[in-house]
Amino acid sequence: MSVTNLWVLAEPVGDSVSSTSKELISQARRLGATVTAVTWGSHGQDVASVVGSFGAERLLDLGDLGAVLPAAVVAATLAPLLSSEGPEALLIPASNDGRDVAGRLSALLDTPVLTNVTGLRDNAGLESEHPIFGGTQTVVARLRASGPGLFVVRAKSFVAEVTSGAVAQRITVATTAPSSRAATIRNSHVEERTGPALEDASVVVSGGRGLGDAASYELVKELAQLLQGAPGASRAIVDAGWVPYSHQVGQTGKTVKPDLYIACGISGATQHMVGMKGASHIVAINKDPDAPIFSISDFGIVGDVHTVLPALIAALKARS
Amino acid sequence: MNVVVCVKQIPDPAAVQSLDAQHRLNRTGKSILDEADTYGVEVALRLVEAAGDGEVSLVSMGEASDLTGIRSALAMGALRATVVADPALKGADALTTAKVLAAAISRQMPDLILAATESSDGYTGTLPVQIAQLLDLPALTFATSVVVEGDSVVVHRQTEAGYDEVVAQLPALVTVTAGVVEPRYATFKGIMAAKSRPIDVVSAADLGLPASALDPRQDIVAVETAATKDAGEKYVDDGEGAARIVSYLEQIKILSGSAS
Repeated sequence: MSVTNLWVLAEPVGDSVSSTSKELISQARRLGATVTAVTWGSHGQDVASVVGSFGAERLLDLGDLGAVLPAAVVAATLAPLLSSEGPEALLIPASNDGRDVAGRLSALLDTPVLTNVTGLRDNAGLESEHPIFGGTQTVVARLRASGPGLFVVRAKSFVAEVTSGAVAQRITVATTAPSSRAATIRNSHVEERTGPALEDASVVVSGGRGLGDAASYELVKELAQLLQGAPGASRAIVDAGWVPYSHQVGQTGKTVKPDLYIACGISGATQHMVGMKGASHIVAINKDPDAPIFSISDFGIVGDVHTVLPALIAALKARS
Repeated sequence: MNVVVCVKQIPDPAAVQSLDAQHRLNRTGKSILDEADTYGVEVALRLVEAAGDGEVSLVSMGEASDLTGIRSALAMGALRATVVADPALKGADALTTAKVLAAAISRQMPDLILAATESSDGYTGTLPVQIAQLLDLPALTFATSVVVEGDSVVVHRQTEAGYDEVVAQLPALVTVTAGVVEPRYATFKGIMAAKSRPIDVVSAADLGLPASALDPRQDIVAVETAATKDAGEKYVDDGEGAARIVSYLEQIKILSGSAS
């Protein structure tokens, strides 16, 4: 039984969908399936051309949901549709809202959910790949249950690829009221950020606990700026409150795949490595010669970030 | 204001991790309270202290042979714990775990349920929302701050761009991210008090869950060793570390040829 019919949760961002949504539509099409995207928000018309260009044939549009967290109503609406239309799986981006939708659908459909997926293959049915122990091993899983499988997929697991100029057939879907009371969004706060977005930057410079204190993170920011890159961080210093969560790279943060990743004072906890080991070139600066980060780095300097970084910044400034 | 916190005992993350013959995480070594859960316990204690009445209790699923981790959460100030321990639950998936914890929670239906966004061993990260759905509750996830205003809970929820202020009527479920508060250290008095606080160890049957609800429905078909890359060059900084990095960046064409 090969895969024929896959649905993808296409999470709206502005008048388009998230990059991970595009990656999932592309992968679903590569698996040879007919692809149905599911979205919400007030830009369904625009989203129909975006998802169509990546290979979705249909777009189920739930429309504007109002100022609520979307998961409860999205899940309540999708659950009966997934049961009646019976795709092999719903592929879900591993975002905050994506994970919430997956959890609710799992309970509503009484079906397990596979998370942290980084690979999907058709082996007489879907098999999913999950990195464990910092990506040193890969678990391959498949669902025993029949009925739609729920797969929550990490960002940048697949390449997004525009394949046509076709517009997906947009089908508006009336929403089903969820059984729980709503979680209402009162207001949104946007943190100011300059330079390229962390997940899109071709150079990422990240700092970790080896920086010693929050003030030393300025060195990371300065180096990132000189390389036209984005500053990132390990979970340790985000938890310590030195930098906002939006900078976090790793299992519980962002997945990045830049051309160059410079890890400054990051030991290389498995939690961090899962989020950056896909970088084309990895440079590590760390005092501890046995730090795990050196096992995946292409170029390592065993040294103190407080001396190496200022020297590197000075050298780059001298060139410009 | 009664708050239930979902907590988990996990293998010490500092120890070497391995899988057993059934491809499950080896849990035979020492286990500890998941550090991610200490934030939920701290937030719960502060909310109850602010409300001036009520209590913090814990629910957990796992083996009951070593309850050191649960005791350490009690030592922080939680007053009681329910631990669902059942051989039939070994290898349970997240939904099964959610059914078990939802059943345990509904015996004492609190005003608020707190959990970490994900555990530090399995990282599945869907369990709290599954519990919310099973109990028909609003779920306010990825919270970096939690306050109670009247009969509502208000959180700051992490977003890609910053945060949203999200509100829901109680009862509700909230997941908190790590690092949102400084978890208190257990005092000697707390540790002594924790020894006598009740831990109710129950089976799935005690919660009214039939064995059929516990069947695993996903299979691990293989565990493969991921492709490793060769260890790269490594130099001890002798004052030339920065210069070496610059040459490397030229070599990989991030920087154009050496400046004149």
